[in-house]
Amino acid sequence: MLKNFFPNKILSVRDKFFSILIIMLVSIILVGLIYSLVISPPDYVQGDSVRIMYVHVPASLLALACFAFIGIASVFNLIFKIKILPLIAKSLAPVGFLFGLISIVTGSLWGKPTWGVWWAWDARLTSMTILLFFYIAYMLVWKIIDDFDKASKISSIIGIIGSLNLPIIKYSVEWWNTLHQPSSITFTSAPAIHYTMLIPLIIMLIGMIIYTIIIFLMKYKSEIIKFKLDKKKREINKS
Amino acid sequence: MLSKKARSRLFVLIFLLLLSGIVIFILFKSLKENVVYFFSPTEIYNNEKISFNKKIRVGGLVKKGSVTKNQMLINFIVTDLNNEIIVSYNGLLPNLFSEGKGVVAEGKLKDKKYLIADKILAKHDENYMPPEVKDALEKAKN
Repeated sequence: MLKNFFPNKILSVRDKFFSILIIMLVSIILVGLIYSLVISPPDYVQGDSVRIMYVHVPASLLALACFAFIGIASVFNLIFKIKILPLIAKSLAPVGFLFGLISIVTGSLWGKPTWGVWWAWDARLTSMTILLFFYIAYMLVWKIIDDFDKASKISSIIGIIGSLNLPIIKYSVEWWNTLHQPSSITFTSAPAIHYTMLIPLIIMLIGMIIYTIIIFLMKYKSEIIKFKLDKKKREINKS
Repeated sequence: MLSKKARSRLFVLIFLLLLSGIVIFILFKSLKENVVYFFSPTEIYNNEKISFNKKIRVGGLVKKGSVTKNQMLINFIVTDLNNEIIVSYNGLLPNLFSEGKGVVAEGKLKDKKYLIADKILAKHDENYMPPEVKDALEKAKN
């Protein structure tokens, strides 16, 4: 599995592969948007503002998923010191951060008409904000520290500590009284969301996963090229 | 399978993770009252040390048939199906405020059964469905 992420494999990924992914992305997102904005019904309480959910939920999920991958890669990086792991984690951070930001902004836009406020410091919203700060800290470490080994070590520690926040985000709505509602889709019971709304949600989720993969692969490819260039530069400087 | 160095790094990591896990657990345990966004009427009823001078949030369902409006003054009952608190509020209600739905009221307690709110938030639940389905469900119930 990991073999596919080895530098030579990634560098040989052709532009054609990206074009196929992008065509898939555009068509799925288009179908998803038409479904969620036009075909799907309004909610019986929220009315049309329910449509914000079709962006909000997948974005939140992907923000968490990306950081979970960063956390796992960080653990293995600290133990085994495999050079490609920090590069994989580093490439996931910007797209994860973007989705986290989208999640907070869309949530806020939904909160005003539903709750009556843009923002509330409840456990779910606060822990999600903390995740955004972990993303920022993680990316800043890579920006500020020039030495690769040092940056990889410190960013991994941030990645691991940040992932401890992930179960807190996930279960905050069950452990404590929060203004944010509990999850509508759980592993244990039937979804509390009607299938006419579930279908566009899943389509949008698939579309946004493909988007994440595209951005990740592009970033990863450029990170590997940068890494190889730096190595070359150091060799030249030495000799 | 693991090299000696990798194994020692693994142990240090597991130790640190356990430690930070415990720290977080203790942190939240002691923060409990601050982590919750609102109290239920039962929690307020059972709480000996509740403050009557500080702002507090009460959450629950708006009891059916309890909303009375007198010009701008609105009175209603928040219930968690065990205990109830009367809330009186002067101001604009959020659009989704309605009987039988979730609500969070922020304000000061007069006593354990009476809250003067200066902010009302509507709490939405996890159920999403089109209006027709809701109507069908209501009909099936009756």
